[in-house]
Amino acid sequence: METKLLTVSHSPHIHQVQSIPRIMYDVVIALLPALIFSVYVFGLGALMVTLAAVLSSLFFEYVIAKYIIKRKPDILDGSAIITGILLAFNVPSNLPIWIVVIGSFVAIGIGKMSFGGLGNNPFNPALVGRVFLLISFPVQMTTWPVPFQDRMSFADTVTGATPLSIIKEGIKNGESMTSLMKQIPSYTEFLIGSQAGSLGEISAFLLILGFLYLVYRKVITWHIPVTIIATMFIFSGILWLGNPEQNMDPIFHILTGGAMLGAIYMATDYVTSPMSIRGMYIYSVGIGVITILIRVFGAYPEGVSFAILILNAFVPLINKYVKPISFGEKVKNG
Amino acid sequence: MFIFNGLKTFSKGGIHPEENKLSADQPIQILPLPGSVSIPISQHIGTPAVPVVERGEQVKTGQVIAKTGGFVSANIHASISGKIAKISDEMDSSGYRRMAIMIRADKEEQWLDGIDNSGKLITGIPYSRDEILQKILNGGIVGMGGATFPSHIKLNIPKGKKADVLIINGVECEPYLTADHRLMIEKPEELIVGIRILMIALGVDKAILGIENNKPDAIEKISSLAGKEKGIQVVPLKVQYPQGGEKQLIKALIDREVPSGKLPIDVGTVVHNVGTTYAVYEAVLKNKPLIERIVTVTGKSVKNPGNFLTRIGSPVNALIEAAGGLPENTGKVISGGPMMGKALNDLDIPVTKGTSGILILDEKEAHRKASKVCIRCTKCVQVCPMGLEPFYLQNMTMRGNFDEIEANRILDCIECGSCSYICPSNRELLDYIRLGKSTVTNLIRERQRV
Ligand code: SF4
Ligand code: SF4
Repeated sequence: METKLLTVSHSPHIHQVQSIPRIMYDVVIALLPALIFSVYVFGLGALMVTLAAVLSSLFFEYVIAKYIIKRKPDILDGSAIITGILLAFNVPSNLPIWIVVIGSFVAIGIGKMSFGGLGNNPFNPALVGRVFLLISFPVQMTTWPVPFQDRMSFADTVTGATPLSIIKEGIKNGESMTSLMKQIPSYTEFLIGSQAGSLGEISAFLLILGFLYLVYRKVITWHIPVTIIATMFIFSGILWLGNPEQNMDPIFHILTGGAMLGAIYMATDYVTSPMSIRGMYIYSVGIGVITILIRVFGAYPEGVSFAILILNAFVPLINKYVKPISFGEKVKNG
Repeated sequence: MFIFNGLKTFSKGGIHPEENKLSADQPIQILPLPGSVSIPISQHIGTPAVPVVERGEQVKTGQVIAKTGGFVSANIHASISGKIAKISDEMDSSGYRRMAIMIRADKEEQWLDGIDNSGKLITGIPYSRDEILQKILNGGIVGMGGATFPSHIKLNIPKGKKADVLIINGVECEPYLTADHRLMIEKPEELIVGIRILMIALGVDKAILGIENNKPDAIEKISSLAGKEKGIQVVPLKVQYPQGGEKQLIKALIDREVPSGKLPIDVGTVVHNVGTTYAVYEAVLKNKPLIERIVTVTGKSVKNPGNFLTRIGSPVNALIEAAGGLPENTGKVISGGPMMGKALNDLDIPVTKGTSGILILDEKEAHRKASKVCIRCTKCVQVCPMGLEPFYLQNMTMRGNFDEIEANRILDCIECGSCSYICPSNRELLDYIRLGKSTVTNLIRERQRV
């Protein structure tokens, strides 16, 4: 028999089909319904901001990998596309394009590549970009277009406040909760998504749809999103029961202000969230509590982004001290 | 963990690769006797056996040709009759040259007197516990699920410990392999007797046979027989890899966790595979030593995947020929299953007591994909049945931080490969973990010497 060269390698000899690009494109698919809806609600601006964010993220990733880090750029692994979409989802749909590009630069350049690229960044890159923009361009970043107005124009659109800021400002000015409630959309409208807000955060329903898809495709597990939302609900519920005239009810909190977007798509970023299930619980409870603290007591009406970034910083510590429960550790043998 | 159909399984980690049980419906065929066999003296975990025959000597089928070489060791028998052609170092599945005894076949096979090679079922067990253990030792029985640990030692319970239940492993969780499945369908009566023998040997009145739910015919067949027996219970299990791992199977069936560094007997049980159980039946009641086993020959490119009753020492080549020959586009030949098997670089190597299958992968399936950076997706952590952090163990091994990996229980790793299987970045997790494990083992040995 003629000799044949056989491959010899160690077990295992089979491998599942899920690869980095497949995971990343699943995330993109999960985000698409919310994006399409946003274009429907806010018009062309939403589309242009998203395109600008995605293209500039890809561009910066490529240029920095190739000319500064000097390594083969792998821009089609999908991670830069996601950073772009998530950045766009976290800004108003009428944000000037040049500011969007600065946001991408900060997200990719500082948030990701300066730490060595995918897998090494301690903070969620899109949130780094977003918070930078919020601090540098506070006016533009908090001027929200009103839903279903001037959908074909881009710059001079009618603007309004987000529900969270209406409530927060109102309470500061001593208005009663009952009168404030009349100024914001109904909860059904929140769920569907006709509220002022960042481009991608407005429709809780479509974001949850994407969540179900991601869990079904085994891209993420339920632990982080569900724990964050549950914590927000319980904590804001306690505050609300304590003083319903000063605090919004828990349903309001989980349906507004990027709670779903943050919990499902930002906090679950692989690189910047904990490695063990127990660690995920700690991280998620932290995010939920800090979000509500900022919203209720802090200077900003909106708290998810900050809360996630703060907890990102604790992830290495959590990973160090919170290990998975190993087999045979909790022995309950009969 | 969600349990939809109420079936039992282990609770931590696990994966579900494509089952690919291509040969599940193929009855066991007898592989024609080879012209010669090459029988390694080390087919088990422990000390190699010591040859007791000389070159040129005439041997009969079933005759001892090498005797246990120490406490943890096993007898080796002639699997065919004929002349000892040579005793020399030959390549085996480990990729190393090790001593093997070669027998060239007679024209007519001659069995050793006293061996019952008929298919007649014997059900009476007229032996005491000690007699049974002696017969198992004489028969050279080792764990046939792949671990090849000498069975008589497993059954010899250390002082101060006690088993209250025997567990029989009919899980066959490796994709592709169907040898145990066929055995359960074709020899259920013998298996039940084998289980009773093992129960006597262990001194227990309860045995549980775990079978994964993808073998409904085997479950049905054995359940109906077990129903008439006292103390034998058949439990269908949800399909999940690596359920055939001893610790996982014990957890799934009786919900006990074997602590780190301990053995099943420490939680009151002993696990034997169905292949071993059958060999025990033959050794005890038919006087037939372990000279043959069922080997699955399979792969998507294989013309006639099948299950072959094969004499120990037959060349792998002969099996592949029997299954339709080596396909043109073969890239890899594996001894064992795709998750834990060994890739072979030589097809002349012999089938041994632990060879559960020969799996052929084509060129496309044979190559690993290029590894990329760890994106910290936690998937390896989620699937690890031992609750380890494979990504971290790899990192720390790469950095040479051996204290850290020891503290993180790297020695608990059962090398199931689930982590490498699942990693979307194709990281070589298990390769590094193996390296880390062997380094830590050596360091511990050093420490003990000082
Ligand atoms: S599965 Fe691979 S990429 Fe994911 S955490 Fe483990 S090593 Fe990293
Ligand atoms: S090979 Fe080891 S580390 Fe990897 S999943 Fe299996 S037990 Fe865990």
